[in-house]
Amino acid sequence: MAGDKANRLNLTEKDYEGAASTMCRGCGHDAISASIMRAFFESSIDPRKVVKLSGIGCSSKTPAYFLGQSFGFNAVHGRMSAVATGANLANHTLIPVGVSGDGDTAAIGLGNFCHMMRRNVNITYVVENNGVYGLTKGQFSATADKGSVMKGGKINDIPALDLCELAIILGATYVARSFSGDRKQLAPLVQGAFAHKGSAILDVISPCVTFNNHEGSTKSMKYVKDHLDPIHDIDFIPSYENIEIDYQEGTDHAVTLHDGSRIVLHKLNGDYDPTNRMAALQMIHAAVAEGKFLTGLIYYDPNRVEFAEELNLGDTPLAELGQDMLQPPAEALDRINADFMK
Amino acid sequence: MDTNQPAINDLSISIATENGTGSASANNVLFKAIFKMGVPCSSKNMFPSNIQGLPTWYQIRASAEGYMARKDAIDVMVMFNDATAAKDIYRVRDGGIIVYDDSTPLAANLKRDGVQYFGVPANKLIQKIVPASPLRTKQRNMVYVGVLAALFGIDMETIKAVLQDTFGKKPAVIESNLVCIEAGFNHVTEKGYSQSIARLQSIPNGNKGKIITEGNTACALGAIYGGASVVAWYPITPSSSLAEALEHYMPRLRKKDGKATYAIVQAEDEIAAAGMIAGAGWAGARAMTSTSGPGLSLMNETIGLAYFAEIPCVFFIIQRGGPSTGLPTRTQQADIQLMYYASHGDTRHIILIPHDMKSSFDFARRSFDVAERFQTPVFVMMDLDLGMNLWSSEPLKLDTAPFDRGNVLSAADLEQWEKQGKKFRRYFDYAGDGLTYRTIPGNPSRKAAYFTRGSGHDADARYSEDEKDYKDTLDRLRRKFETARDYVPKPIVDRHEGVKTGLVCFGSSYEAVREARDRLRASGLRINHLLLRALPLTEESRDFLAAHDVVYLVEQNRDAQMASIFKDEWPELAAKIVSVLVYNGLPVSTGEVVQQIKSHQANGRKGIEEWQETKRIASI
Ligand SMILES: Cc1ncc(C[n+]2csc(CCOP(=O)(O)OP(=O)(O)O)c2C)c(N)n1
Ligand code: SF4
Ligand SMILES: [Mg+2]
Repeated sequence: MAGDKANRLNLTEKDYEGAASTMCRGCGHDAISASIMRAFFESSIDPRKVVKLSGIGCSSKTPAYFLGQSFGFNAVHGRMSAVATGANLANHTLIPVGVSGDGDTAAIGLGNFCHMMRRNVNITYVVENNGVYGLTKGQFSATADKGSVMKGGKINDIPALDLCELAIILGATYVARSFSGDRKQLAPLVQGAFAHKGSAILDVISPCVTFNNHEGSTKSMKYVKDHLDPIHDIDFIPSYENIEIDYQEGTDHAVTLHDGSRIVLHKLNGDYDPTNRMAALQMIHAAVAEGKFLTGLIYYDPNRVEFAEELNLGDTPLAELGQDMLQPPAEALDRINADFMK
Repeated sequence: MDTNQPAINDLSISIATENGTGSASANNVLFKAIFKMGVPCSSKNMFPSNIQGLPTWYQIRASAEGYMARKDAIDVMVMFNDATAAKDIYRVRDGGIIVYDDSTPLAANLKRDGVQYFGVPANKLIQKIVPASPLRTKQRNMVYVGVLAALFGIDMETIKAVLQDTFGKKPAVIESNLVCIEAGFNHVTEKGYSQSIARLQSIPNGNKGKIITEGNTACALGAIYGGASVVAWYPITPSSSLAEALEHYMPRLRKKDGKATYAIVQAEDEIAAAGMIAGAGWAGARAMTSTSGPGLSLMNETIGLAYFAEIPCVFFIIQRGGPSTGLPTRTQQADIQLMYYASHGDTRHIILIPHDMKSSFDFARRSFDVAERFQTPVFVMMDLDLGMNLWSSEPLKLDTAPFDRGNVLSAADLEQWEKQGKKFRRYFDYAGDGLTYRTIPGNPSRKAAYFTRGSGHDADARYSEDEKDYKDTLDRLRRKFETARDYVPKPIVDRHEGVKTGLVCFGSSYEAVREARDRLRASGLRINHLLLRALPLTEESRDFLAAHDVVYLVEQNRDAQMASIFKDEWPELAAKIVSVLVYNGLPVSTGEVVQQIKSHQANGRKGIEEWQETKRIASI
């Protein structure tokens, strides 16, 4: 399936592949993996600079199925955000991509997720959101919509938790929602997340074809497609491409990311500025009320610095510092001993 | 011995106050003054899990012989807390002394025979000499410092020097404290109070070159000198002061060109703290956390991940009284098994066990070497007594040995391997010792990357549910643990030929056991002593068990947790072990050890069981 076309690193799409997927045929998660691979390829990112992290779930297995030349860490259920935070502090020069599920992030790992967003740890955090626990065979997750029906007929009567809304409130700096089947939109959103320094959260609706694809489910392939509401078409323009963009005054909006690349949002319905936090929250609420899946770059904050910078880390990653840098001089200990003699 | 002659430099004082009333400052001045006189001394703080208004006791022991354990018999009780006074009067030994505030007359129920009472109107005095302010009541405790100084012979010059060391930059504070101390001192002289139980006498250069610090500080410094670079923690007594010491010293010791060579994160909970250090250890940093029981319980799942995926990281566990919230501000050694077998499935972990300030520093530094060599979580087992009480010690000394980063392959190493026709296999046991090689994310070689997971995997780090792969991994992890036996600190053994009785201890029990050993020897019992300093157990411990008929194993928990580990290791020697258990939450006292051993010597297991059942609570 991979083409022979090479990117700027002279790598082909094949170089971004991983082990063979073990997802069910047609699972939304596989489509997301394909978009992630595409995004890495298009952005010409060296797989050796990438670390893949995940929790536990079908979704969390997928990092094994892309970027086989990158280090990966499939941790424990709900703890990807904590593990990724530690990995990021050990080496903030790597490009972390985290993959999680709605159970992994919105239930067991919710606390850790919240605090990662609060800290604005640099990561591209993809939630493969299917409204159920796939790996444990179809129980409702915390993102299941109120009124959605489980395979066995049980109806969910608790309101869904909206990860995008939550992320915005918590301080995440790049917040997007997309659909596994919309690679045209998803791949540039992922590219934008890579270019962004800080917590980039992508809540990607990813139907579970085995446990949540029936009539009455609001996360079935059909239901999602029927209710998609993209706010804009998206182009990603890497920093090295010096293209003049043809703005449509009033309907296009360009966002410049930390590495100089740009995301161009071609508006579909009215004027929308993703840097306006209140507008973003309002739009999410309006869409939920109308039962629509709003997709696109919902919120972007260019001003907050990432956590590693907040902690005043230097250019060399902590993991690469040798004893000469890590062990203070013996004289300093002598002074401390002298203090302790008082 | 002439009982009318005061004991020289042999004295135990217990000071009962309410917490949050400034007693910590007063106690500190008193303790430092005795230290400054050159008298060997130690202190124990028995404090509540509360910020203001609950009872607290502070014990100071001066010991000419240099024993630092808690003494069972209290010579002097400073009774400055009405709430506990009725019990406090009985905590002092017969013939002892009670110092109390006689601003109001002593209630009838607070009078007892056989002790000397010295009243000092502390409340009234401070009304006179300290200007009215909300802080005035906090000065009241300084009065007893002066009283004790006058009664036992601490001169005012020494006290002034301590005030200078402590509040050097605030002359007004020195002055206001000094007037209160002097008022107490003068009151004793004016009243002509005198006693003949003990005297403190300066020993020129007695404590010269000695430091005073707490184990948590020593551990923090050891970690800093050991190159800890990612720290994640969540506040919990009695471990917070370790992380706070890191926060204090890291910015001073670990900056290069204005940039931090460390990251400290106060995590949202202990689950996150453990996850962070697992992530950081995986990505190549020397990563650590500090916590105590409840936090360790929460960290269990991640500890199993780090064990099975083979990730170096260090857990400083400062034990307190459990189960549940238990006694957060009291000491125990009751999480030994929770550490040793942490997490579900078959696990066993390496534990380093400091017993004093120097080993706290050394083992903290060394723990990162052990973690990286064995690519596994390593525990440093502390407890509240060792971690939060002040201990005097020889100065901390830096061992300049190079860091042991374990088997890490750089890009150049991988190239070399390739030339030799050797393939990098993440979990392959090349040498048969269970140890494997790892690469660190960011390694530029195309051969470096591998996939880490806590689920089943094969020698090439591929997902596997194959029964052979699974069993191979479990067996190799066990081999690795066996290899660790040669690497962990060995016990310190004090052994004499022909002696058939042994005594084993570890951690904060050491001081009490050392003194108990000396007392038992003085009373005619020939006894050998082994100080355990790590798990897994090593041959030295086995030899020690084998060489004696009876071995007393002292530990601070109800269920003889360490003894179970010994018995599991060497069932054929299990019958020799007699557990000496202290688990009332207070630091072990010498008497508790001596009495249990004596009752066993006299009446066998029945004797020691009886002793334990009657649960003689040593005085606070
Ligand atoms: C501590 C813990 N509790 C429960 C589980 C069982 N478990 C495995 S995956 C999973 C839910 C996964 O759901 P989600 O994150 O939505 O991923 P999906 O499979 O739907 O992609 C659960 C509950 C576990 N692995 N660990
Ligand atoms: S169970 Fe659902 S989520 Fe899991 S692989 Fe199958 S389709 Fe995907
Ligand atoms: Mg799910």
